[in-house]
Amino acid sequence: MNDLYVNKLDRTDRDMIMSMIPEKARVLDLGSGNCSLLADLVARKQVVGFGVDIDGESLVDGLSSGISTYHGDLDEGLSDFPDDSFDYVILNQTLQVVKHPLLVITEMLRIGEFGIVGFPNFGHWRMRLGLLLKGRAPKSPALPFEWFNTPNIRQLTVKDMRDYCQREHIKIIREHYLFGSSWYQTRLLHPYANIFAHIGLFVITRIS
Amino acid sequence: MDRNSVGQVTPKKFTFAQKGDPMVLESGRTLGPVDIVYETYGEPDDTRSNAVLICHALSGDAHAAGYHDVHDKRTGWWDTMIGPGKAFDTRKFWVICSNIIGGCKGSTGPSSINPETGEPYGLDFPIITIGDMVDTQKRLIDHLGISRLHAIVGGSMGGFQVLEWSLRYPEMVRSAISIAFCARLSAQGIAFNAVGRSAITSDPNWQNGHYYGEPGPQQGLAVARMIGHITYLSEFLMDSKFGRRLQSADRLSYDFSSEFAVESYLNHKGSTFTERFDANSYLYITKAMDYFDISRAYGPLAEAFAKATARYLFVTYSTDWLFPTEQSREIVRAMLSTGRDVSFVEIESGYGHDAFLIEVEKLDRILSSFLCGIVERDPTGESDERFVCQ
Repeated sequence: MNDLYVNKLDRTDRDMIMSMIPEKARVLDLGSGNCSLLADLVARKQVVGFGVDIDGESLVDGLSSGISTYHGDLDEGLSDFPDDSFDYVILNQTLQVVKHPLLVITEMLRIGEFGIVGFPNFGHWRMRLGLLLKGRAPKSPALPFEWFNTPNIRQLTVKDMRDYCQREHIKIIREHYLFGSSWYQTRLLHPYANIFAHIGLFVITRIS
Repeated sequence: MDRNSVGQVTPKKFTFAQKGDPMVLESGRTLGPVDIVYETYGEPDDTRSNAVLICHALSGDAHAAGYHDVHDKRTGWWDTMIGPGKAFDTRKFWVICSNIIGGCKGSTGPSSINPETGEPYGLDFPIITIGDMVDTQKRLIDHLGISRLHAIVGGSMGGFQVLEWSLRYPEMVRSAISIAFCARLSAQGIAFNAVGRSAITSDPNWQNGHYYGEPGPQQGLAVARMIGHITYLSEFLMDSKFGRRLQSADRLSYDFSSEFAVESYLNHKGSTFTERFDANSYLYITKAMDYFDISRAYGPLAEAFAKATARYLFVTYSTDWLFPTEQSREIVRAMLSTGRDVSFVEIESGYGHDAFLIEVEKLDRILSSFLCGIVERDPTGESDERFVCQ
């Protein structure tokens, strides 16, 4: 379902993620859908890919690309996966649709050394203005849904994510932002990110 | 006629463990000679590396696809899955299915003639295990000149054999697919089998297993099948298929005739089963299922599968209460803990355990995808491109 709007942004988030992951890494994709991101990672970076999704039917496409798949609900936790069993755990455009996002983030950092979290930024100026001026549930290119059909039940902003990481002692290694149609990276907490970013992409890890 | 049928097939027989060289069974007893009846569909490639072994369930046989005679109305038990363009695509794969030892569909079992007495074995037939079934299949696979199976697949008790194969002969199994299965039969599973066996052995016609040439424990076997059949269906399916409907009358009969539709259905299932199955085979095969316990044979699940090298796929059905999803997830968890290559899919279905025989559309897609994927990632880099999905 997330493919709907990510497609509009030409899936550039995938290229970003692709560039972050080293060759031959062990990669777990949470909410992997049809495993197309993993299939690209396998093809281009020779990673060992593993996809998890609640939709068993779409996972089938992953199987034909030689990716291992696990049919399961992120909201029930990932206790079947042992600690530190992956180098990277990807949670792209999924955090905002789960019921228990904190459980999912905790689990991803238990299972993987690094987490890559990509989410639509509800703090974008169009969202702010939409609500302020139109008085209606706001939309943006990254968040095109109506209030009654949006899969996005968790509405977070870039600042919310930073606050959460600080509170939970999660280290933010890098932040990447999609401004307009270009990606920017910053190690500093970019002051305008929360206003201009359509999408935030955080690389996080546990503070050991 | 199904254009994607494998067409007319002829069962073949392989005999081994001839006089003086009997097969040693897991129990320590010996058996010989041993006949294994099997069928093949498709053709072997030059290196015989495109073989897929199908393992059947309790009441199955070697006739998995096609038909024996042009007048046959019935096709093989998994005809929906085996043939040109189907999951086990016979244009790519050389598909093999054999009848298990202890069965009654051509392979040596309790109804076969004991060469020492010239009479049917009856209860003189030794107890067999899932491991013994696998060992006889291994002899067949060796005989067919196959050094490594591209895939081995089975549902229910067939799924037990798949797990056993992958641990007993890991180097011979490239990929293993178990459907609606478990790694050890649960107390509930044993209980249902025990009741089924009790029904047979308490039938006066059973006569301690020496009933051949006589009527035999038809009633006992029918009851055993009825019990089994209940466990293969979901409550939802029974309710939607039969509900409280009466079979033929409009009003209650106030007697013990089988008036409910579900009663009449089970009676039918029970009685038709007695026409095609041997009661002693039912005893032996259910016992083999009871004995099945991967942990007893190979240690705790994580340890047992640590040595496995196959690429695994496990498929379960949401309403299968005989082998519930949770039992398979236990194996998945154990395998993930040692970094094994395992995929897991639960199919939403209302059909209960028997879904793998009935609701095959989703299963077909999952299995054909998986079979393409194995090849792409095979580290041996054999010329496997021919298996890739078109």
